[in-house]
Amino acid sequence: MSSPLAAPLVEIRGVSKRYGAVQANDVVDLSLYGGEVHALLGENGAGKSTLSRILYGFTRPDSGEIFLNGKAVDVHSPREARSHRIGMVFQNFMLIPALSVLENIALFLTDLPAVLRPEAVGKRIFEFGERFGLTVNPHAPVRQLSVGDRQKVEILKLLLAEARILIFDEPTKVLAPHEVDALFRVFAALKAEGFAILFITHKLREVIRCADRITVMRQGRVVGGFGSGQADVETLVTMMFGERGEIGATRQAGATRRPAEARPILELRGASSHATGSETPLRGLELSIAAGEIVGVAGVSGSGQKELGDLILGLRSLSAGSKWFCGANASSWSIARMRESGVAFVPEDPLVMAAVGGMSVRENLSLGTGRRYRSGVRLDWSALEATMNQSFEALAFPIPPLDPPIGALSGGNLQRVVIAREMAHEPKLIVALYPTRGLDVRSAASLRHLLRRARDGGSGVLLISEDLDELAEMTDRLLVLFGGALVGAFSRGAWQPEEVGHLMTGSKEVNVA
Amino acid sequence: MTTPLILGLLAGAILSGTSLLYATLGETIAERSGIVNLGLEGILLIGASVGFSVTAASGNAWLGLFAAGMAGGLANLLFGWLVVTRKANQLASGLAMMFFGFGASALIGARYVGAVIVGLPKWRPSWLAGFRWVKATTLFNYDLLTWVAIPVAVLVWWALFRTRWGLGVRAVGESPAVAFAAGRNPAVLQYQALSCGGVLGGLAGAHLSLSLTLTWSEYMTAGRGFIVIALVIFSKWNPLRAIAAALLFGGAESLQLQMQARGSLISPFLLDMSPYILTLIILVAWGGSRRLAAPAGLGRTFYGSE
Ligand SMILES: Nc1ncnc2c1ncn2[C@@H]1O[C@H](COP(=O)(O)OP(=O)(O)OP(=O)(O)O)[C@@H](O)[C@H]1O
Ligand SMILES: [Mg+2]
Repeated sequence: MSSPLAAPLVEIRGVSKRYGAVQANDVVDLSLYGGEVHALLGENGAGKSTLSRILYGFTRPDSGEIFLNGKAVDVHSPREARSHRIGMVFQNFMLIPALSVLENIALFLTDLPAVLRPEAVGKRIFEFGERFGLTVNPHAPVRQLSVGDRQKVEILKLLLAEARILIFDEPTKVLAPHEVDALFRVFAALKAEGFAILFITHKLREVIRCADRITVMRQGRVVGGFGSGQADVETLVTMMFGERGEIGATRQAGATRRPAEARPILELRGASSHATGSETPLRGLELSIAAGEIVGVAGVSGSGQKELGDLILGLRSLSAGSKWFCGANASSWSIARMRESGVAFVPEDPLVMAAVGGMSVRENLSLGTGRRYRSGVRLDWSALEATMNQSFEALAFPIPPLDPPIGALSGGNLQRVVIAREMAHEPKLIVALYPTRGLDVRSAASLRHLLRRARDGGSGVLLISEDLDELAEMTDRLLVLFGGALVGAFSRGAWQPEEVGHLMTGSKEVNVA
Repeated sequence: MTTPLILGLLAGAILSGTSLLYATLGETIAERSGIVNLGLEGILLIGASVGFSVTAASGNAWLGLFAAGMAGGLANLLFGWLVVTRKANQLASGLAMMFFGFGASALIGARYVGAVIVGLPKWRPSWLAGFRWVKATTLFNYDLLTWVAIPVAVLVWWALFRTRWGLGVRAVGESPAVAFAAGRNPAVLQYQALSCGGVLGGLAGAHLSLSLTLTWSEYMTAGRGFIVIALVIFSKWNPLRAIAAALLFGGAESLQLQMQARGSLISPFLLDMSPYILTLIILVAWGGSRRLAAPAGLGRTFYGSE
């Protein structure tokens, strides 16, 4: 039954969806077979999430049909989809922060009894977690979880709902490598049971590793497909971006060596912070970022990355030690002052920390620009737009429509807007947490290119990432964060991934240089 | 203070706390589903007048109580139609409901102003009547609504926190989009929560006219509906805390009455204000509390998933 030659489990035929001026899906056809992982690729804004929301009944298409086992069905709400055993992990999480993990998962159970039995649900969460390597504490409130843990809860939610058609919209975006491995083992188990998996991601190597079939979308249309083993990264990229595909040009590596006496832009001296709930306290950080260097921070999620970023920006106060910015003691500076002095900040979760979902893209672009565009009591919108347009151009990002609410942008487009805004004013220091998360390969490449250019122009960059390849390509120095402390420091090219991996998981300690 | 005073206070607190508690429970259910009904005052008035009129006309207080519950439920469904189906602004619609309640209750009750009714029957278990101090007060001489008030609060808590339905209601109140994605129907859940809340509000109003005053007069609720909205916040949207909140405010009301009855030197105007002052104090003290557990979607309109 799991042979791809059998009839498809799901057939999407001629689905279209328009949002204002944007044709998000344009007569899309797609088939999913039982027992296969079907990867859906495409640049940011190509229409992948829209298509999957339509299959899940969350969004109504303007036209088109969906067939299950050859029969036309009307999936007009998630309830309908769930009764057909279709399930979905949303790109922007569908979780309620105020409720516990257990309640969030229970909400999505199909066989939840009228009277809740929390122990029974807890036991199932535990069993599934053990079986698939996705352990979370069922009693923690979701608001206290790191993004990685939230992603795990989303996946568990879907697994426990017993779907047989599973849609995963960028599930690996925030997962650490070993968690991605665990997810692929889940895929294998689901495949073996004859289930169909639709898998959306921007990480092409993952696709080549685990997909049985690949479909590529561009500007709302399906532009091609491959069977497993038929495609390599180059082919996929060309198909995703069409003629504009070459990303190799920006991939020049090699750091211009910084002068040894470069002045430090940011220094942390013995910086510590308190923590509440599930936060990680920072413990005596010694960190210096000089003009003209990119300092990378590696670590598994929840090691204090978010806290480190917040501490530098001034969202979190120091409990001990001091913070210095361009030679001045900045320990008690406000966020506004840090920003006005030239700090750009790309946070871990842009929709929560850097954008107001209900406000227009234009208004969001003006956030955090301080007094720069103030003329009298008004804001000089045309000057703001001109600067932002330049910034989008420098990044080779397409300029999004400015009037719709930013919450309506695709996940990657939202990330682009935040980045363009932060990079617009020639920052002295760039603090970027997982900046390429959710970006398609081309946007990610041009962001890396821009970070390098900023470095060469004398900015300091702190790049916090989980992606060791990215860190290897980008950084002049690499630090390893574990449990809120820096446990390793390496200069460019002087580290082995295994060694860093050990440090990241705390299985070994090295003297901090 | 003397023992009779304290016992009298307690008795009064329980008597006036009963209707506060029912109304608080009702509003808590509605707010947990994300809908704040500022017009609760109107619902209470409708409950009080319908309960009183039906009792006066039929001579049966139970019938009056039943009718009051139904009327409260229906009034809240009307409110639901405005804010859920028509997606009107909740605050404006709530105020409109309040004025609707003023008018409708005056109309319904007009014929029965000054009527004499036999209210809800009260009884006191005989073994309790033996105590000397108990006998001198209304303590433990309660009608059914008062006797079951705390069990009802526990039941509401159980329904909200231990049932599938309650999980759905709380999910809608936090995020209708998530509830929708989970296969629930946000509008249906909100209508259900509102009708439960309306029935409890209607009963709360009826308790005033059928048990406390045994008369009908226009605007007899005197702002209780608004106090209740503060009580919901004070009790952090938790039905069990609502018990304590209702008792505290019932106590404030009864203290004011006792002081006035005893010819206290404090200005009667100040005394009249005391429950409202207490409300203000509590809002000030709790307003900024970080652990405030307001449902995240409270007062917002869900426009669907397009
Ligand atoms: N609710 C909405 N309102 C208005 N426009 C929308 C809405 N949802 C999506 N769009 C638009 O439709 C287009 C396709 O978006 P979609 O989210 O499907 O892209 P995507 O392929 O998932 O991109 P990404 O890789 O960035 O997640 C985008 O241009 C987006 O701005
Ligand atoms: Mg998407």
